[in-house]
Amino acid sequence: MAIEIQPGAGRMQPVAGGPESSRPWWMRPAIHTGLIGAVIGYFLGHWLGNALSYDYAQNALSDTNDVPIILGYVLGTIGWLAGLGVFNDLGRLMLGKPLRDVQHEPAGGLAKYFRYTLDHKVVGIQYLFGMITYFLTGGLFAMAIRSELLSPSYHLLSSSAYLMVVGEHGTMMMMMMSSVVLGPFGQYFAPLMIGSKRMAFPRIEAIGFWLTPAAYIILLSGVLLGGFPTGWTGYAPLSTQAGPGMDTYAVAFGLMGISMILAGFNIIVTYINYRAPGMRWSRLPMFVWSMFTVSFLQVLAVPVLVAGMYMMITDRTFQTAFFANQLGGSSYLYQNVFWFFGHPEVYILALPGFGVVSEIIPVMCRKPLFGYRTAAAGMIGVALLSFFVWQHHLFDSGINPDMRPLFMLTTELISIPTGFIYLVALGTFWKAKIRFTVPMLFCLAMYFNFLIGGVSGVFLSDVPADTTEHGSFFVMAHFHYTIMGGLIFAFMAGIYYWLPKMMGIKLNERLGKIHFWTMFIFFNSTFLPLFALGMLGMPRRVFEYAQNLQGLNVWVSISAFCLGGSLLIFLFNFVMSTLVWREKEVGNPWQSRGLEWQVSSPPPPENFEHIPVILSGPYEYGDPNAPPVADLNPPVGVVSAAYASSGAGLEA
Amino acid sequence: MATPEAPAARAPADRNHGLWIFLIWLPLAVVADLLIWFVWKPHLPPGTMSSSAEHQQFDIAVMAVVAAPVLLFVWVYAGYALVNWRHRAGDDGDGPPIHGNTKIQATWIAATAVIVLGLFVFGTVELIVPAGAGAGEGPAPIWQPNTSHRLEVQVIGQQWAFTYRWPQFGGMETSELVLPNNTTVEFHVTSLDVIHSFWAYQLGVKADANPGVDNVAYTTTKEPGTFTVRCNELCGLWHGAMFNYGHVVSAAAFQSWATHWEAVQRSKGLLGMLPPYRLTYDPTVIPQLGASIVKIDGITGGAGYYYPPQDPVTP
Repeated sequence: MAIEIQPGAGRMQPVAGGPESSRPWWMRPAIHTGLIGAVIGYFLGHWLGNALSYDYAQNALSDTNDVPIILGYVLGTIGWLAGLGVFNDLGRLMLGKPLRDVQHEPAGGLAKYFRYTLDHKVVGIQYLFGMITYFLTGGLFAMAIRSELLSPSYHLLSSSAYLMVVGEHGTMMMMMMSSVVLGPFGQYFAPLMIGSKRMAFPRIEAIGFWLTPAAYIILLSGVLLGGFPTGWTGYAPLSTQAGPGMDTYAVAFGLMGISMILAGFNIIVTYINYRAPGMRWSRLPMFVWSMFTVSFLQVLAVPVLVAGMYMMITDRTFQTAFFANQLGGSSYLYQNVFWFFGHPEVYILALPGFGVVSEIIPVMCRKPLFGYRTAAAGMIGVALLSFFVWQHHLFDSGINPDMRPLFMLTTELISIPTGFIYLVALGTFWKAKIRFTVPMLFCLAMYFNFLIGGVSGVFLSDVPADTTEHGSFFVMAHFHYTIMGGLIFAFMAGIYYWLPKMMGIKLNERLGKIHFWTMFIFFNSTFLPLFALGMLGMPRRVFEYAQNLQGLNVWVSISAFCLGGSLLIFLFNFVMSTLVWREKEVGNPWQSRGLEWQVSSPPPPENFEHIPVILSGPYEYGDPNAPPVADLNPPVGVVSAAYASSGAGLEA
Repeated sequence: MATPEAPAARAPADRNHGLWIFLIWLPLAVVADLLIWFVWKPHLPPGTMSSSAEHQQFDIAVMAVVAAPVLLFVWVYAGYALVNWRHRAGDDGDGPPIHGNTKIQATWIAATAVIVLGLFVFGTVELIVPAGAGAGEGPAPIWQPNTSHRLEVQVIGQQWAFTYRWPQFGGMETSELVLPNNTTVEFHVTSLDVIHSFWAYQLGVKADANPGVDNVAYTTTKEPGTFTVRCNELCGLWHGAMFNYGHVVSAAAFQSWATHWEAVQRSKGLLGMLPPYRLTYDPTVIPQLGASIVKIDGITGGAGYYYPPQDPVTP
């Protein structure tokens, strides 16, 4: 197996940072050239769309034509990527010119964070800042929703503005947050945790990130086009009759889908092919297992979403009729396609959380992970089963009603592998020496929240009980407990745990504890009453509700504002700690055995000076006979001997 | 720098932690289950207005009885662990290197599997025996009530109102849902435009209204009273305002209400003006006019607002 890609014969030597690196800064591809490319592409696409469809796609009722809008967004995105220099190497390859070196980025300077940079550590930091921005934007929409729901009948927002805000919040959170852990930590630590110097496909990795700002801006631009009335699910035929804001949903979700597919492929190939000698499957850190299973979900499930978005776009522009009942299509088709993606999607959101907490608890408990294989089996089991449960979203829809017992069974079965994650946690706590650091607090809160989310999910899997709860605030409380209570708490744990590694800077611990306790208390105070609201008959996505539910809704809204305040504490801590206070943390503050902690913080540009040889698993705490996790400076010949059987070894 | 303190007294090494956890958990679980079953269950939604509502209430209570001990076990165990096995100042050693325990792992897997399979069997029985438990069963339901004496009601969803048609009363159409007590009702739910969902909350009925689809749901009324009907699937601008109220009344009162409205609608010629009763409708075709009223390319394609694009003003 090759651990290094040999430059092709006859190709010239690659250049660090790309051949443009000798130009003055304003001539080098970066965000500013990307923006220029996006604007040119948008107007080109808009003009092209009008030229192609001026006579047939104009709609008399709304006086809009969606072809130029869609083409504007698509060509704008291509222009954005071209302006960033994504396609430069393709051109150089065709012209036989020297390519950009994927492994040696010129060190130093902040400018590399604003460019199409191929170093996975730079991409990880870019993702981190991007994801925090997207998350806080989605959170602002949530604040608007809760403001509107302060009163059952007095409206701060018009009904269309309310639906716009609901749709933007839901879509922003569900599509952008699918990369909230896989982006920052997955990309940053994928090679570091397996002893590799690089990702398999650095260009694809960087494209994956640079598609996210495009998707974010396109989705937000829906506000200027009146928003979309469908929520994050985009059900046809409502999406077919909606205004041009719907196009932003379809294009943005499709772009984010492409980003997820690319990231998934890259991580799968990296984990299979770039593990250091001795990094057996039985020694992979749990975080790596979670990224591995999530990547399979992304590669297998997300193409279905992209296809669904494509069909929606063609329905709205070229007048195909995939989802139009009167013309031979079916609105059921969209529901099936969407949820065939949509249910794996919620595990794309849950599994990274499992990975982060399973990675952190052995460190903070000072004990080996209890039942390593059980934990890995749990993640694989969740990932496999997630493809067989999607129709529980359609229990009341009349699709395939006789199959409901089967989908009830598969849905309930998924609680067995999820239970493994809890077994592993509880076993690890047994006779441990639990250190209540900020990341550990977030991990414990994640287990607490996800338990409530998971158990409420069992209520929803039971068809008769679900008949009361389906589509109500009960469902909303359920998935906020699993996604915000699970994934976002795990994301916070990851930030507090890994930021010293990523930036060499630690976040203020006192503010971290204040942030944790306020976030934990107000999270539960916000979402626990929503179970009751759903049970009392409040459907989702309504802006008018029964008078007797006002008390609970006001309580929830005030808690939600406090939850927003708690995130401002986090933002303050993050900005001040990384920009102003800059308290250095260069060593191994958690005394972790993880391979990523064995190198300096932040890691050197090459990750490892030599390819390390892995000697034991990452969780051998308390075992005096356990060898160190890796030999970072293996004797000459060991690595090439390890790869000798595959005949393509190369000592780096 | 604080001087390192002596490690605080730890729990005796020979203490049987598993037994302690069990002894704390058991009474809590028993008390919680008794409270759920005898105190909480009568008040659980959706109430006891119909057979399907009763079954849903029963199911929710059973799930809560199963869930409470599971939740309590994790909480008691974690609480015990966080108190007893926390890091003490000055003790920077590692914990015991326990990598797993086959017996405990096997027990856990077996226990969760038994709970899950038990819930599956329970849920399937509870779905089939009460004829779908009030959920939409599609156009050809295989689980039906064992009586042929059924009141048929068609629920038609459209943006943004529900109307009801009564095939057994000359196909009359009302905007109000009135049902007789102690009667098996067969709902036929359909839509004229986008997807809606018919949720009669206290009646324990929920069925999506899909355009071109006849979605059947059953229930049997048990108590007179008022129930709320809400749209449960996002259907556009006024989804939040798409609700009305229904009533379960005595059989005699229902009979007089229904025959009265049928007579009124017949005498005013309304019944003849309505399209013939069908299980689904195509709103672009009105048989009386003999032709399609909407051009084919108006159904899909560029942002076809069925309603004026201007925002209705905030009420």
